[in-house]
Amino acid sequence: MKSYIAFWNILLKDMKNYYLKPPNISWGIIFPFAWMLMIFIKSQSAFNINDTFPGIIAMSILFGTTSMLAVTITFERKSRSFERLLLAPISIELLVFSKISGAILFGILNSIIPILISVLYFKSAVLNWYLLFTGIILLSIVSTLLGLSIAVSAKEVFEAQTFSNFFRFPMIFLCGLFIPIVSLPFYIRPISYILPITYGVDVLKYAISKNNSISILLDIILLVIFCVGLFYFSIFNIRKKWIV
Amino acid sequence: MESIIEVKNLTKNYGNLTAVNNISFCVYKGEIFGFLGPNAAGKTTTINMLTGMAKISNGQIFYKDNNLTTKIKKFQRYIGVVPDESNLYEELTGYENLCFSASLYGVFRSKREKKAKELLEVFQLSEASHRRFKTYSKGMKRKLTIAASLVHEPEILFLDEPTTGIDIASSRQIRNLIKKLNGNGTTIFLTTHYIEEAERLCSRIAFIKNGKIIKIGTVDKFIEDIKESNIIEVLFDSISVNKNILLKKLNQNFPDVECTFKNENTIIVISPDKIDISPIVSFLSSNNIYILEAKLIRPTLEDAFVKMTGIEIDIMKKEKEKK
Repeated sequence: MKSYIAFWNILLKDMKNYYLKPPNISWGIIFPFAWMLMIFIKSQSAFNINDTFPGIIAMSILFGTTSMLAVTITFERKSRSFERLLLAPISIELLVFSKISGAILFGILNSIIPILISVLYFKSAVLNWYLLFTGIILLSIVSTLLGLSIAVSAKEVFEAQTFSNFFRFPMIFLCGLFIPIVSLPFYIRPISYILPITYGVDVLKYAISKNNSISILLDIILLVIFCVGLFYFSIFNIRKKWIV
Repeated sequence: MESIIEVKNLTKNYGNLTAVNNISFCVYKGEIFGFLGPNAAGKTTTINMLTGMAKISNGQIFYKDNNLTTKIKKFQRYIGVVPDESNLYEELTGYENLCFSASLYGVFRSKREKKAKELLEVFQLSEASHRRFKTYSKGMKRKLTIAASLVHEPEILFLDEPTTGIDIASSRQIRNLIKKLNGNGTTIFLTTHYIEEAERLCSRIAFIKNGKIIKIGTVDKFIEDIKESNIIEVLFDSISVNKNILLKKLNQNFPDVECTFKNENTIIVISPDKIDISPIVSFLSSNNIYILEAKLIRPTLEDAFVKMTGIEIDIMKKEKEKK
């Protein structure tokens, strides 16, 4: 069977039906813009774009991917259209990959606005563009998979959104974005180190200002491990919960 | 006959609940095989296991002699599934839904576009092809869902309660389409709680109750099995003679049959053997009785179902309507 046809069409349908809808595009633009503006106004005198830049990118990706995937997967599950995909002669691995691809692309697109504002307006000098994009891609994948793990566990759209917030907000404060991990109480630090976002943010920090706190190689290896782990965790859950 | 699906000792447990209990059956190539039973009998669970939407607790499934129990995915390209509720995308148009469904089976663009147009034509949905699915009526939704399950030209079509909850005209149209599809060579497995639907459509039927198959057979076989005697009903205009005298005369002249009055205008003639009606009709006519109708009363599939399962059809219908 030509599985690539199924993959491509699931991706196209999701992009057209969910991700490229005007409200989502505007959300993808307004969200990072609002965060940047807020931080700029708050700390105008001591504003350093290189300190803010990784955080805005990470938040844009995290919120964009998890919100969208939680809604689309839960919605399709509830309306039973996801059943149609499960009945198709494609492996669950390929099906999940095609469903997350749209969200990953959406996450990557969400990072473009903060990059443009930072580079064009604030004249931020990115030290390593390759690593910046590696970080963005890995962060998009890992955030999407976090969203998928949440979506698979939820029955309703509102439940998925609530679960997402339950994870997202603590993650922002624990991953070293605003407060360096070393400044956190010692008993909280282990939580920071089990969050995949921590390593994604560290890669972005390195790429922008070399202000990282973990080895960049370790960051990338751990991110890949998180991606694979979350991917198979979601597949395991789909098989367990949806094919009962 | 060549069997296309063979199921051996299939069981589905949900914790302590056994939804399907050790059932075995065959579906022959080219037939319409029906599962007839009330709510929670295990019809949908069986379809779900056969199509890969539910795990099998025990038993085996064969497709053309290949054991697919643990690899139903391989079987999915040969099947089309129409669930009891439409599962297409509300935001897509009818045409887009069909094209998308075909793409899931690896059908190339030009072929899927052609097939989608063809199916829209067959299902009389061409005019609504560019309308969003969510704007369709229930009957139209069901028709498009059936069309979507046919875009990849499956060998077997699973239909779960295809006419439940839709208007009479659409039900009729869907039944005709099912017949037509079957006529074109598609094997059909359908579940229903409508006895007349099963009777009209199915080559063979399995009665299912509480997860167990009570009996499998053809409509004629079911009826034959419950038929205890031959019955003829004679309907007449009115009689001027005394009823008791007439009955006495009848029983004297025809000692091999038993005659009784069903009501003022109807006589029932019962015999364990075949009844020759013409002498009885002549006798009644000679007694100045004007006969309106004489007909052979056959037990119905409904009688067979009620007798074998102990379930009243009306109760079954009401249960489903409530659902």
